Amino acid sequence: MRAQFVLSEIGVGLRRNLTMTFAVIVSVALSLGLFGASLLMRDQVSTMKGYWYDKVNVSIFFCNKNDADTGANCAKGAATEQQKNDILAELHRLPIVQNVQHETSDQAYKHYKEQFGDTPVAGLVTPDQLPESFRVKLKDPTKYDVIKSAFSERPGVQEVQDQRDTVEPLFNLLNGMNIAALCVMGLMLIVALMLIVNTVRVSAFSRRRETGIMRLVGASSFYIQMPFILEAAIAGLLGAAFACVLIVGGKAILINNWLAQKIQVINFIGWDSVAQVLPLVLLIGLLMPALAAFFALRKYLKV
Amino acid sequence: MVTHTDGSRNTATRAPTQVDRGASVIRFDNVSKTYPKQNRPALRDVSLEIERGEFVFLVGSSGSGKSTFLRLLLREERASHGAVHVLGKDLAKLSNWKVPQMRRQVGTVFQDFRLLPNKTVGQNVAFALEVIGKPRGQIRKTVPEVLELVGLGGKEDRMPGELSGGEQQRVAIARAFVNRPMLLIADEPTGNLDPQTSVGIMKLLDRINRTGTTVVMATHDQQIVDQMRKRVMELEKGRLVRDQSRGVYGYQH
Repeated sequence: MRAQFVLSEIGVGLRRNLTMTFAVIVSVALSLGLFGASLLMRDQVSTMKGYWYDKVNVSIFFCNKNDADTGANCAKGAATEQQKNDILAELHRLPIVQNVQHETSDQAYKHYKEQFGDTPVAGLVTPDQLPESFRVKLKDPTKYDVIKSAFSERPGVQEVQDQRDTVEPLFNLLNGMNIAALCVMGLMLIVALMLIVNTVRVSAFSRRRETGIMRLVGASSFYIQMPFILEAAIAGLLGAAFACVLIVGGKAILINNWLAQKIQVINFIGWDSVAQVLPLVLLIGLLMPALAAFFALRKYLKV
Repeated sequence: MVTHTDGSRNTATRAPTQVDRGASVIRFDNVSKTYPKQNRPALRDVSLEIERGEFVFLVGSSGSGKSTFLRLLLREERASHGAVHVLGKDLAKLSNWKVPQMRRQVGTVFQDFRLLPNKTVGQNVAFALEVIGKPRGQIRKTVPEVLELVGLGGKEDRMPGELSGGEQQRVAIARAFVNRPMLLIADEPTGNLDPQTSVGIMKLLDRINRTGTTVVMATHDQQIVDQMRKRVMELEKGRLVRDQSRGVYGYQH
């Protein structure tokens, strides 16, 4: 195989098809950029999940003396010590429970003050309005249902609350955005593939004289197809390189310079996750157009 | 016009052959070809044998099956029935990836020359060697040789557009012959040329034939066929209706 010959063929092909090549590069860049971004977002969500699920508990709130009208369980007023001790003993027997913390009304009031500090509402709340609770930490946070079904109907229990419920909507939102990004990526990918197929077709058509002669003099089909496939692969690789620039730029500007400054409670993904995504983006950018070109050639270039 | 008369001077440089002397270069056994979605076969029940070193004219009116015959030889098409042997190989059993190897031993020349207009004469001929991966040193040596042979010595750097039709056809023949093929297939090579230029091309093909290369030439040129007195095969509506050694063109039978 004569490298120089193949390279000059590729150069001619890419230049002859400049606008198409440009369209391929842009669409590959956008689709792979979205692909990389959604991979990174999934990473982000899973690190956040790990972080938050580690901190959240299942809370069993007990009835207050003011709660008599809030539900059947509380009809007899505040929960008795006997009821609390029964529940505590049962919790300790459950294998999925890691530990149980008892939060009294006073402690709850203190936490409430810390959280809402100076807001006007905080002044109106008194310790006896806040219910006493057990903070149950589970070995597996998803097993919340076991606790809920076991204790929510007990007398003296006002409510069993999974704190995951409060963070879940956020994750659902992030996942939804991720799925949306993947859908857009899928569409862009289809556009990119169709552009590649079309580019190859035009390219094969404009060089049909050459390929016809190559066929006649007995060039192998590999040799005939090679310039077209490499052409697509090079355009794809350029697109993937742009996608990498987009991803790195997005991480630097959007996360490092903006979000990380604004929201300090979340620890954002670092450069190591980005470094893991980039080779994948480049590889797909190289292989996908090459494969598309290969299958397009089977149709448009008779060998 | 060409003045070379020594036809045997290239036999020494010929590549070792895979076909024994006297063995058939082309053999058709009851070959029929029907194109998809067509009722009438383009070739029906054609059997023939062409031996090494022969010069064969293929004549017949348009639509008689000449092109199909040539396409079967090049394995651009496969026979519907019967077996086509070219250079000792059964083309029906030849796998797709081996077809290029077979085509390297078959030179082809067409009525419309099929040169690359943006390459010089030398580059056009060299192209045939480049794309089958021949080393550069060999290309540099062979291309001037073969151009000299076809009577275009010293015109390597001209563009095809600057040449006359006859000269362009010589370039095409040089390209077809540069690999020293066993078999040269010519599809109306003189179809676009005036009678005098045609004679020059025929002399060239005759000389190539005398180096041992089998030549199969489809033509409508009555004058040439009558003058050359070579083997003539006539196709009519897909049937081989005449096979004469030292024949004439004529529709007179």
